[in-house]
Formats: sequence, C-alpha cells, structure tokens
Amino acid sequence: MILQKIRTENMYLYYGNKMALNNVSISIPEKQVTALIGPSGCGKSTFLRSLNRMNDLIDSVKIEGNIFVDDINIYDKNIDVVNLRKKVGMVFQKSNPFAKSIFDNVAYGPRINGNNNKSELKEIVEKSLRDAAIWDEVKDRLHDSAMGLSGGQQQRLCIARTLAVDPEIILMDEPASALDPISTSKIEELIFQLKENFTIVIVTHNMQQAARISDNTAFFYLGELIEYNKTKKIYTNPDKKQTEDYISGRFG
Amino acid sequence: MNELKQKIDITKKKFRWSDYIAERIIKSVAFLSITFIVLIFFFVFRESFPIFNFSKDAEHKTEQDSSKQAQSNPNEIQEQYGVPAPEPEKQEQYGVVTSDTLTEATIQTSTQETAQQASAQPAKQEQYGVQTADDTSMIENYATSESKATEVSTTDNNKHALKTLVTKDWQPVSDNPRFGLLPLLLGTLKITIISMLFAAPLAILAALYTSVFAPKRLKEIIKPAIELLAGIPSVVIGFFALMIMASFLQDLFGYATRLNSFVGGIAMGLAAIPIIYTITEDALNAVPKTYYEASLALGASKWQTAFFVMLPAATPGIFAAVLLGIGRVFGETMIALMATGNAAMMGLNPFESVRTLAATIGAEMAEVVFGDTHYNVLFLIGSLLFIFTFILNAIAEFWVKGRLMKKIQGK
Amino acid sequence: MILKRFKRDAKGFFFEGLTLVSALIIITILIVMLVVIIIGGKSMFTWEFLTSFPTEGMTQGGIFPALFGTALMVIIMSIAAVPFGVITAIYLTEYAKENSVIARSIRFAVRTLAVIPSIIFGLFGLGFFIKFVGTGMDSAFMGGQLKWGQPNILWASLTMALLTLPVVIVSVEEALKTIPRELREASLALGATKWQTIRRVVLPGSYSGIMTGTILAVSRGAGEVAPILFTGAAYYLATLPGSLSDQFMSLGYHIYIMTTQSANVDQTLPIQFGTTLVLLLLTFSLNIVAIILRYRIRRRRIA
Repeated sequence: MILQKIRTENMYLYYGNKMALNNVSISIPEKQVTALIGPSGCGKSTFLRSLNRMNDLIDSVKIEGNIFVDDINIYDKNIDVVNLRKKVGMVFQKSNPFAKSIFDNVAYGPRINGNNNKSELKEIVEKSLRDAAIWDEVKDRLHDSAMGLSGGQQQRLCIARTLAVDPEIILMDEPASALDPISTSKIEELIFQLKENFTIVIVTHNMQQAARISDNTAFFYLGELIEYNKTKKIYTNPDKKQTEDYISGRFG
Repeated sequence: MNELKQKIDITKKKFRWSDYIAERIIKSVAFLSITFIVLIFFFVFRESFPIFNFSKDAEHKTEQDSSKQAQSNPNEIQEQYGVPAPEPEKQEQYGVVTSDTLTEATIQTSTQETAQQASAQPAKQEQYGVQTADDTSMIENYATSESKATEVSTTDNNKHALKTLVTKDWQPVSDNPRFGLLPLLLGTLKITIISMLFAAPLAILAALYTSVFAPKRLKEIIKPAIELLAGIPSVVIGFFALMIMASFLQDLFGYATRLNSFVGGIAMGLAAIPIIYTITEDALNAVPKTYYEASLALGASKWQTAFFVMLPAATPGIFAAVLLGIGRVFGETMIALMATGNAAMMGLNPFESVRTLAATIGAEMAEVVFGDTHYNVLFLIGSLLFIFTFILNAIAEFWVKGRLMKKIQGK
Repeated sequence: MILKRFKRDAKGFFFEGLTLVSALIIITILIVMLVVIIIGGKSMFTWEFLTSFPTEGMTQGGIFPALFGTALMVIIMSIAAVPFGVITAIYLTEYAKENSVIARSIRFAVRTLAVIPSIIFGLFGLGFFIKFVGTGMDSAFMGGQLKWGQPNILWASLTMALLTLPVVIVSVEEALKTIPRELREASLALGATKWQTIRRVVLPGSYSGIMTGTILAVSRGAGEVAPILFTGAAYYLATLPGSLSDQFMSLGYHIYIMTTQSANVDQTLPIQFGTTLVLLLLTFSLNIVAIILRYRIRRRRIA
C-alpha cells in the first residue's frame, strides 16, 4: 500500500481579500513525483509554497483548512516551522546559490544544524553533489564561487544543497523553466532518480515535462483543483473538459 | 543520516536562544531611535524650562537673599563663579581650566563680541584669554575641590527675561540683560529668505536639467559632483565665505559691511543646494514616464514637457525639498557664525550684519554660567529651533507625501 | 547644429539653457571653492604641518593634535554609531512589517534625526551627556568629584554618533534591500532560522553597504563642528587626549577658532588655509570612496 505523505483538506488561501486557492483537497503519495500544472496565476506555486509554509513570509497571506504532512497538521500553532522546512525542502524557479563557494553552499544546511565536523561535512557534501549528479563537474573546484557555474549547474547545486539537509519531501517550483534543453533533461533525469528516496512535488508549466517525469498530475485552474489523477490517465483520458482543453493546448 | 531524520520533530516548537536574544536586541535597539528623539526633546527643553518656572523659585529667593548662602545641589554641576563685574574696557576674558592642568591650561575660548554689547560699533573685538588664575572677569572654575556647589538664584532674572523675550534688544550680558529674540528671529528669517532665493531656483533647475535634458555622461558628472558638495563640511563653506566670497561680493556690490546677511545667505544656500537638488531630482524621477511620453506624443517639445508637465507633477516633492532646505539653513550654525557678522540688528537691509538663532547658541553657550538665565534662554532658542525643524520635517514627510501620492496615482 | 536648433526653437533653447546654466553655476562654485582652498593651502600641506604641534601661541607650527583628536573622535563615534545603525537597519528591513506603525515611526524618527540642526545635538550633548549622565556618574562613582560632568571626547563622540546615526541607517538599509529575496528564501527553506539567515546570508552580502555607511558617517562626523562646540572640543591642548575624560582638538573647530577668535587673523592665514585643505581632502576622499561604493551597490541591484 502506498503511504500518503501530504494531505490537504478543504484548503483556502487568501492574499488580503483575494482568494488564491479555493477548497483544495489532495493526497500526495510517498516516493512518487507529483506534478502540479495549470496556466500561470492558477495558484499552483502558491499551493506548493504553503506545503513548507514559505507563504508565512508574506504578511497578507491567510490560510484556512488543514494541511497534513505525515498526518501532522503543519499549520497547528505548536508546529516548529524551522524543523518543518528541514523536512520539506524546496528548490526554486530561479537558481539562487549563495555568494559562497560550492562547498559552503552545500554545507550550509548541515552547518546551520550545528554540524561543524570537517570530515563529516566533506562526506555529506560529496554525497549530496553525487546525488544531484553534479559531482564530476565540480569536484575539482569545490572552493570556487558558486556564482561561476552555469545556470543548469547552479540549479543542480541548489538541489544538492537541499539534499544535504536530508529532507523527506522536496518541493520544486518550475526548477527547469529558466534552463536550456540539455540542462533541463539533466534535471529531469535527476528527478527520476531522486524519487527513489524522496517524495517530490513539482510545479511546471511544461506539460510534456509533467508527462515525462511525474506519476501523478494535478491540474489547477483559477485557484481550484480541477482534476487530480495518475498522470497517464490525465494525459490520455481526462475526466474534465477543462483539463482536456488545457492539455491539448486550447488555452493557457 | 537516518538518525538525523529521526531527530526532526516538528510537532513541538523548539525554543532557540540565539534567535530569541537576537530578535529582542534588534527590536529594542531599533526602538532607541525613537527614544533619542524624545530624549533630545526632553533634555533640550528641560534646560530651558527654569525660565518659565520663576514663580516657584521666587520663594527660594527671599530665603537665599537673606542668608546669602549658597544652596548646594548634588545633581547640578559643581560650579564656582564670580559675578561678572563690568569691565572698564568692555572686554571680557575667560577661561576654563581643568584642575590638574593648571599650568598647561586648556585655553578655552570666549566669543565675546564686545561691539554688540556696546551695541554701536560694527567692528568686533575678540580675545581668548590666556588663563591667569586671578583673572578678575568671569571665571568658571570647574573642579575646584574645596568648593561646595554654589548656586545663585536667578529668579528675578528669569522673571525679567521672560518679559524681554519679545523685545528688540538682545543684550544678554549687561547690567540690565535683555533677551529680545526678535532681532535674532528677523536675522534668521532674512538669511533664510536670501539663501532660498539663491539656492532654490538653482537647485531645482539643475535637477530639471539632470533628470530631463542632460546627456547621460554629463549626468554622471553632475550628480556625484553635487553629492560631493553635500559632503563638504559647513565649516569649510563658512571659511570659504569668510575668506573669499565676502570680499568678492563686497567688491561686486560695493556695500559697507563685509560680513552681512547677504554673504551668509549665499553661503548657506551652498549648503542647502544639495538637499534641494537631491529631493527635487527624486521627485522628478518619480513622475511616471507615461506623463513625459504622453506629452511628447501630443506634440509638446521637450522643454514644454519639462516645465509644464514634469515640474507641476513634481510640485509636492519640490515643496518638500525647499522645506528641508529651509530647515537646513534655519539651523545652520557654523556658516552663520563665520559669515554673517553676528550683530543682532533689526534692519531689513540685506547688506547689514545679522545674528541668527543658531549662531547665538553657538557663540554664547561657551561663555554662559551653567544654570543662569542666559543659559536657559539659549536652550529655549534651541527648543524653538528643534520644534521648528521637527514641524518642517513632519510637513515634508506626511502632508507632502500624501499629496504626491494623490497626484501621481490619482487616488 | 546648435544654431539650427536655436532658430527652430528659441524658447526651448532659452529654457533648456537656463537649466544647464544653473547646473553649471553650482559646479563652478564647487570647483572655485576647491581650487581656492587648494591653492591657498598647498604650500602648508607638508608632512611637518601634519605631524607637529602648534607653536608660538598657535601662530606657527602644525595641526597634529587637531588631526589626532578628529581621528580619535570619529573612531569612538563609529564604534557607537555603526552597530546601532546596522541593527536598526536590520530591524527595518528584516523584522518590521513594511507599513506597520512601529516601522513607520522609526523611519520618521530616523529622518527627524537627520534634519535636526547640528547645534541642537550640541545642546543635547550638554544637557544629557554632560549634565545628566556625566554628573550622575560623578556623584555615583567619583564621590561627587568632577570628572565626567564636563566636556570631554567621549561625550563629544557620542553626541556626534547620534548625529551620524541616520547616515549609517540609511546606507545599510539601502544595501540590505539589494539582497535578493530569493537568497533569504533559499536559506529559510533549508531550515535556517531568521537570525541564522541574517547572520550568514544577509549581513555578509551587505558589507559594502555597511562600509559605505561608516565612511559617510566618518566624513560627516569629521567635518561637523557645532555638536562639539560645547561637548568636548578644546581651543588648544599641549598634550594629546589620553583618556575618554579628556578634551580634544578637532580640525573643524580649529578652523573656526583660527578664523574668528585668533588674535591675529592675517598672520595665521596660511595655517587656516592649510587646516581647511586638510579637512576638505579628508572629507572629500572619504566621500568619493563612499560614492563609488554606493554606485556599485546600486548597479548590483539593477543587475
């Protein structure tokens, strides 16, 4: 039986008075890739960012309903948000390495957790970089600035940085949207490997990409979850007309 | 790695000392800037307050007069001073000495404008006293250990001073001290008007040039240059005004008094130009590009757009700029001290010497007796300056900003 | 080309010319001021002038004590003002909600601090530091003996720190705002706390801003005279200040005193020019460095 890692129940989200998510209920299974698709402004990124409470940073955001991670309501007032984010990592649309060396970027997470053991750090950094399939490209220049890497390398470095914290869930917000096709395919390959150990939720506006890499697909439209099912089913025989229209490129 | 995973417990809020402490410290330090304003207000006002407090002190006065004994007050600075005796040659010398450096004395200044006190001669004579222990004039002797703190009641002076505040005579050091603020106020206003007439058009037009007309390369020279002007200390501007500008302008216009409100006003204008320029430029740049483009598209030329569209749209900002410029000039001390002649006169002639409020504080605070009426009046002037600039800033901040928003966003 | 344009649009030429002339007048005055002071003071600008004490009743000799006093004062001032300014800027950018009453009040307070006339700071220094804190310290620790309740370099520096606080806050705030939001998010998403994020990501990214603020504050503090008139500046001292409770000589005050209080103004004219040149060069070079740094920070924000 497949474990449901993330579950939301009747979730509403408001920016001030404007409703951005309308009654979203979804269960995301463990160790699979779940893609969130939909036209821009449909609320898919907003939804993703509420899964590790990144929306807390925006003052005007209000959330109603429940979001469970491992059956724990993460919007409960006793939740430790800092630890939640260690458990639910995130990779952003625009690669955002720190202006530090490659090594320091990856070691950032372990270090803020108080791990200053040099050999352990080295081990974690190497493993994370290997897992992110970038080790061979950077192993000779670990102490160079991360800003000197190409866009695709930077994004994989950011994934490595997230892996170094050893999360259970990785949220990806259009991680390949700013990259060239070769880099994109590398990232996709990587996601495919990562799902062995991690639950991955990925937002993408690229439907082919969603079809290639995901096990499940959720289609958002105007803040509502229109359809959620196995990717194969969504792409071959969607239940809703709107989904079909979107997938066949009639809008969005 | 798996151990680590187990350790993460999200269900209980973890208390993190470093974060807690950091946040506390940062919040309280940030609050201090508000505290400072309150403190400044309080302490400047506090020192001027006794002047309004004469009725209460009057009771003490009789007591003191009869006994002729000094009252000791541990919270006040210990002071010993002689009652200033009128000097035959109308010169006063005074020095401050720290007790352990009597020989290599700290030679303090006195800024005695004898001329003013004699109230007729335009020339002023100044001297700093080389400390002699038996100086017969006003001596403030800090830290004389044998001295008990003495305080002479200045009650009757206070009562008297309050009455003279709105008179035309500023003669704080005389047998019959008068603290008429009117000449100082008039002098300050004269200087302010002159400096604004000089600085405001120049700065606003220059801002218009850099934000509308100037080619990019010229802009990149003019803007930093004016920023540099902002960085020149006012004492340097004062020096320049005193040494070079005063003579130059005198030759040019041929007036009699070398240092006057005109010279001072121009010099202060130099100090105000960067402020007015910068804020005006910001205001002009905040005008939406569409205004500019729409006007050009309607067939208006560049200069018409600049003067009839950009300038009016930025009016509130320019108004704020001038207000802050006025604030700067109003409170400017060093230039006033050095370039205005420092004579408290009532005339309207711009080529006469004047004495501004701020300069009066700067010139006389060093020579007053702590706690006496003159001292209190100087702090009262300070309070007035503070309140005035505070109000100017508040207007510039709230009222003007509100208007600007309305104008540009059409709300 | 100019002629053609003149014919076509005489009015436009006039008005545009008016703005150009205004800008040129300002620049010209600036240049004249610099040139005059440089010419007047350059013969004095020698190593000896900078490193020797005044002699012959201050009509001869150098300005070393004034230079030293100014340097010491700005150092103490920076130690006080920079941490305060940086922390306040951090609060405004990282902790305060943008439009909250608290943040707006603090911003208003900072801007008010920036426009209060410098002489008021002098009065405040006298009323608060010397008469309140200093005298209080004397009666508490010195048994009523006078030590702190009089003008000294500490009170002058703290007064100056208050004056330059807004300069630091504004520069640092501007620099903090150039740190992209994405970097803060990246750090937080890795499970860093807010303070960890500030310390490890935000602050290291704004060193140049903190530098700019410090330099501008130093330049401002070195040149201001009014706040130290009665909080610690001395006319002449035969020795350098040895402790915080000593008075000090300062460049700006020296200029003021030499031009207006000296027994023989003409005789000391070279010293006056020389001192002014030194102060001008000092503030100027500091300002140029700050301007360059600031332009680089701004460019980073655009990029």
